[in-house]
Amino acid sequence: MITLNITISGLFQQILVGLSRTTILFIVSSGMSLVLGVLRIPNVFHGSLYMIGAFLAYSFANFLGGSITGFWLALILAPLGVAFISFIVERGVFCRLYEREHLMLLLFTFAFMLVFGDLVKLIWGSDYRSLNAPAVLQGSFSIFGLPFPRYNLFLLVIGPLVAFGLWFLTNKTKIGKISRAAAVDREMVGAVGINVSWVFAFVFIIGCFLAGLGGALVAPTQNITQGMDHSIIIEAFLIVIIGGLGNIWGALLGALIFGLTDSIGILVWPQFAIVFPYIAVVTVLIFRPKGLLKSVW
Amino acid sequence: MFKGLINRFSFSFLIGFTILFLILPHFLPRFYIYFFSLIFVTGLLATSLNMVLGYGGMYQFHHAVFYGVGAYTFALMLIKTNLSPIFAFIAAPIASAIIGLIMGLICVRLSKLYFGMLQISLGSLVWAIVFRWYSFTGGDNGIHGIPIPSIISSTSKAYYFTFIITLISLIVMYMIVNSPFGRIFQAIRDNPERSEAIGVNVKRHQLIGLVIAAFFGGIAGTLFVVVEGSVFPDLMFWTFSLEILIMCLLGGWFTFLGPFLGASIIVTLRTVIGIYTEYWTLVLGIILMLLIFFLPEGVLGYFTEKYKGRFKTPIVNKE
Repeated sequence: MITLNITISGLFQQILVGLSRTTILFIVSSGMSLVLGVLRIPNVFHGSLYMIGAFLAYSFANFLGGSITGFWLALILAPLGVAFISFIVERGVFCRLYEREHLMLLLFTFAFMLVFGDLVKLIWGSDYRSLNAPAVLQGSFSIFGLPFPRYNLFLLVIGPLVAFGLWFLTNKTKIGKISRAAAVDREMVGAVGINVSWVFAFVFIIGCFLAGLGGALVAPTQNITQGMDHSIIIEAFLIVIIGGLGNIWGALLGALIFGLTDSIGILVWPQFAIVFPYIAVVTVLIFRPKGLLKSVW
Repeated sequence: MFKGLINRFSFSFLIGFTILFLILPHFLPRFYIYFFSLIFVTGLLATSLNMVLGYGGMYQFHHAVFYGVGAYTFALMLIKTNLSPIFAFIAAPIASAIIGLIMGLICVRLSKLYFGMLQISLGSLVWAIVFRWYSFTGGDNGIHGIPIPSIISSTSKAYYFTFIITLISLIVMYMIVNSPFGRIFQAIRDNPERSEAIGVNVKRHQLIGLVIAAFFGGIAGTLFVVVEGSVFPDLMFWTFSLEILIMCLLGGWFTFLGPFLGASIIVTLRTVIGIYTEYWTLVLGIILMLLIFFLPEGVLGYFTEKYKGRFKTPIVNKE
């Protein structure tokens, strides 16, 4: 069953594949972590937004004629569409529920996940969709004699950019600093005359934007289908937990652990590759139940 | 044995329901018999979750694992071994209880949300193994056409079997929550610090509660196989766990029979709405949202609160 014929170049290739997977996981789970850290909502429909992001990217790209500019525009418009949906949901419903118990919030977001899942089925049908990357990013080039898709390299560039952007937003801008303060003590932030409700809305929208961005970015690499939401949400959730709730760097670390154990697991024991990340998560949580990095809670 | 646990009103109620459900299969078409069996199974599952959720105040986020482990153990014992089916019936809940014990030993040192999240990750690990182990569990296809012993294999025989086991399990669970252990369990839910201070071993009680709930979850899993004749990994997927949580919430988790009612409502809705439209989760989602807004105590919880003075039912109250 276990055949260990791992070559160095094969390992290197799998690490690169794992890192591009990490990029997607990081983008999605950092958004979740942000929402969890500041708003204290375990947002289950984050995965639905990821799925909607992928479907929107497909629709926008097709609507804009499938040209190169169409693809780039879709990559920007799809997350914006998701952010708009989240804006409506937050202002319409969530801003009334912040004081409820976590369990209630969890179930409430789950209700949204059910609704969004069926709405996607209603709008896009239950067929597979696929989106082609523009010609520049298609094809692959060889690393140590093994092919590596160009699109994955593009993802490896995007990942650090998003991480830098998030760091800049939370540490260098005023609204970022306010939201970090609100994560620690929301009443105090309100007491100094800041409208906490709108700060929350802002953070929620940024988090959901990231979910949509992750979905739009993943669209060219896999089939866009129903059920994408179910698999990504549990992964993002576990990444956020092992990283430390609300800690963006924790989300990066967690995504690295998850992405790399998955891709190296394929080399070691392909049949059980999906088991490896879960083993890693459980191991981390047994020794550090509150996550690897400091949680903001 | 029942002295003080149950009054005359609810006792006659119980007897009435038992007779009703025992004669029911003679008047109903086969589909409805199957449908009622499914309600019993799901109701038992939801009630077993509520043992720890409503009475223990523990965030049991991945209860479906115990259900799935029970179902798979039963199915695999029937297929892979030549032992008498009795052993399969005994082994399935015990396997669930053992998984519950292992998960409990790891989880109980944490509380609330962290407890729930560690449980989700452990449960996902179990799910991932079952999902991929094609040679043993059938992987994502599951196992179909399980050879159920012929004395309970027909629809109405499965119905009677499910009904009797569910009834016995419910009575045992009712006795447990009203036993001294159950009282301590509720005290821990209401105030863990104070319970600790008066000398209660909080973690051990929580562990025992979890194992008991896992055991009954395993029984529900066994019954599911008897009714359905197949197992598949979705039985222990995390979305199903949240669905069971919803059943508890819908019926009201501060009442004993609330989760059972919630499970009946959900199963009925799925069957009835499923006839007209494939978008039944949309309807479920909307119902759930309305519920959280307007009836956070659940249906039965709401009525118990409202008619508190009128019926002296022995339903356990919130505080």
